[in-house]
Amino acid sequence: MKQAFKLAYRNLMGAGLRTWLNVSVLSFSFVVIVFYNGLIDGWNKQARRDTIEWETGNGHLVHKDFDAFDPFTILDGHGNISQIEDKNLSPVLVRQASIYPDGRMMTVALKGINPLQNALKLPTSKLDTACSEVPILIGQNMARSSGLNKGDIVLLQWKDKNGTFDAANAVVADVFKTTVPTVDGGQIYISIKKLWDLTGLQNEASFLIANDQYVNTQTDQWIYKDQDELLITLDNIIATERISGSILYILLMLIALLAIFDTQVLSIFRRQKEIGTYMALGMTKLQVIKLFTVEGLMYSIFAMLVGCIWGIPVLNYFARNGIPYPVENMDDFGISISEIMYPIYGFKLIIGTVIAVVISATIVSYLPARKIARMDAVDAIKGKLQ
Amino acid sequence: MKYLTILLVAFFALSFATSQDPDANAIIKKIDANMISNSNITTSKMTIYGRRNDRTITAKSYGEGSKKSFTEYLSPEREKGTKMLKLDDKLWIYSPSSDRTIQISGHMLKQSVMGSDLSYEDMMDERKLTEIYTAVVSGSEVLDGRKTWVIDLIAKVTDATYEKQKIWVDKEKFVPLRQDMMAKSGKILKRVSLSNIEKISGRWYPKRMNYKDMLKQGKGTDFEIVTIEFNPKIPAHIFTKASLKK
Repeated sequence: MKQAFKLAYRNLMGAGLRTWLNVSVLSFSFVVIVFYNGLIDGWNKQARRDTIEWETGNGHLVHKDFDAFDPFTILDGHGNISQIEDKNLSPVLVRQASIYPDGRMMTVALKGINPLQNALKLPTSKLDTACSEVPILIGQNMARSSGLNKGDIVLLQWKDKNGTFDAANAVVADVFKTTVPTVDGGQIYISIKKLWDLTGLQNEASFLIANDQYVNTQTDQWIYKDQDELLITLDNIIATERISGSILYILLMLIALLAIFDTQVLSIFRRQKEIGTYMALGMTKLQVIKLFTVEGLMYSIFAMLVGCIWGIPVLNYFARNGIPYPVENMDDFGISISEIMYPIYGFKLIIGTVIAVVISATIVSYLPARKIARMDAVDAIKGKLQ
Repeated sequence: MKYLTILLVAFFALSFATSQDPDANAIIKKIDANMISNSNITTSKMTIYGRRNDRTITAKSYGEGSKKSFTEYLSPEREKGTKMLKLDDKLWIYSPSSDRTIQISGHMLKQSVMGSDLSYEDMMDERKLTEIYTAVVSGSEVLDGRKTWVIDLIAKVTDATYEKQKIWVDKEKFVPLRQDMMAKSGKILKRVSLSNIEKISGRWYPKRMNYKDMLKQGKGTDFEIVTIEFNPKIPAHIFTKASLKK
């Protein structure tokens, strides 16, 4: 085997530019695979972290009739929380309402939340102010779509528990910036006590947000959804992104592997006399096949080395400085995405990519080398076409 | 003595004036008698005033009591074939372009019908005033050249869409000429101006109504009755979901 590597090394070095062209294409594919997967991993980590901090907390205790993805459940999907005395839970009551910025109607989800909650990063303490208007909190996307800014007054219209309309002026107490669009677009936050007073739904909540000290207290009325369950949509979207992105690097890999395959086919055709000589010197056909396969394998090893030489500084640069990702309207994305994405290159990712590149390069080298098994040693030495 | 006489005269004059105010509940009962029927078939024209252009939509509606109604849009071509069915507190809309029926409920009923100032809820609310409100006459005014009673309505039921209303009722025809619908806080949310009052089948009925969402900009929406038939017999199959796709 050592001999095979030695011979393969000499042959590759002897091939000169052809070898380095193959190695360059393969190393480019290798670095792109690591970079793209690193980017997806980095996005995944950032999106999960931000979604936990801004939306899910440690989990949600959801009223059995409430479904966050079904607006038909908002009206009746709430229950009394007097029985749930747990300081590790923050109640949220969701109602539908309308605001009228500049005389146009916008339907919004009105979310009552405890201003003193600590389960989420939302700056709800800003709601804890006394003023004649109703203090509200909105996100940057909501501010953009409604044209509202901090301190602006807007008319808020809602229905009480009996379905009777009521309206009052609301003041924008603060505009928060988040990377999680699902807590921002089309939503208005208000003190839950205020919402209880406005709607007459005293001590009612649609769901409760758990902090990290919470221990599951699921009942018939309230169903506990942990982080994994709440993040399943995010996981699915990222998995889809990963698959759609893989098309790019599969194409790159195919180009690189095709180049290796072509080189191998050409080598076997042009080096028939050499193959015949190996056989005449006593090498079995299997040993010759192994030699040619090892040559292909060495392309991938060279590609790793070259990839490390130029890839490590480039990948390191992006890992440190991130990649700016200007998002015009975060609502279009539907999931958390940061303005600067930092790729994360994990050990598993790098080893996995190395194995994938080595195995595929070895396979595409072996396939044309199988022809050697059908060669006649004498004809090969003569250089006769077979 | 002189002052006492003036005071007494003023007191009797006031008492006399007050005694001239009829019973407000009797007035709204008369309004209900004019405006509400057991059933009706209406052809209407709705004009929606937009920023750039206006649109007119014609529709044929069937109504029975306060719980059943069915509307089919006849024109323009874009809206033709769109149907709405209301049964109790549920509303379904059928769109021929997508061949789909969707249900609307909750706060979605607050959304405007075809971009007008009318919400689905406004179209659905057909209950009698006497069932929902207690009435008090707060004065009399002349509105558009007609003498009117100004009546304040306060909800006596908990599920009234509007907690308060102020209506200007024609003293002669007992038809409201203006209706201000208010939130619990007293803020005027919607104003309906009624005109072209005609006698149809023995009752006074306004053939033209302007709905104005007071929180929105614009001229509001005109709703004009082209034909109306009171208390006709409507086949039961009209008020079924099957009729939406017919």
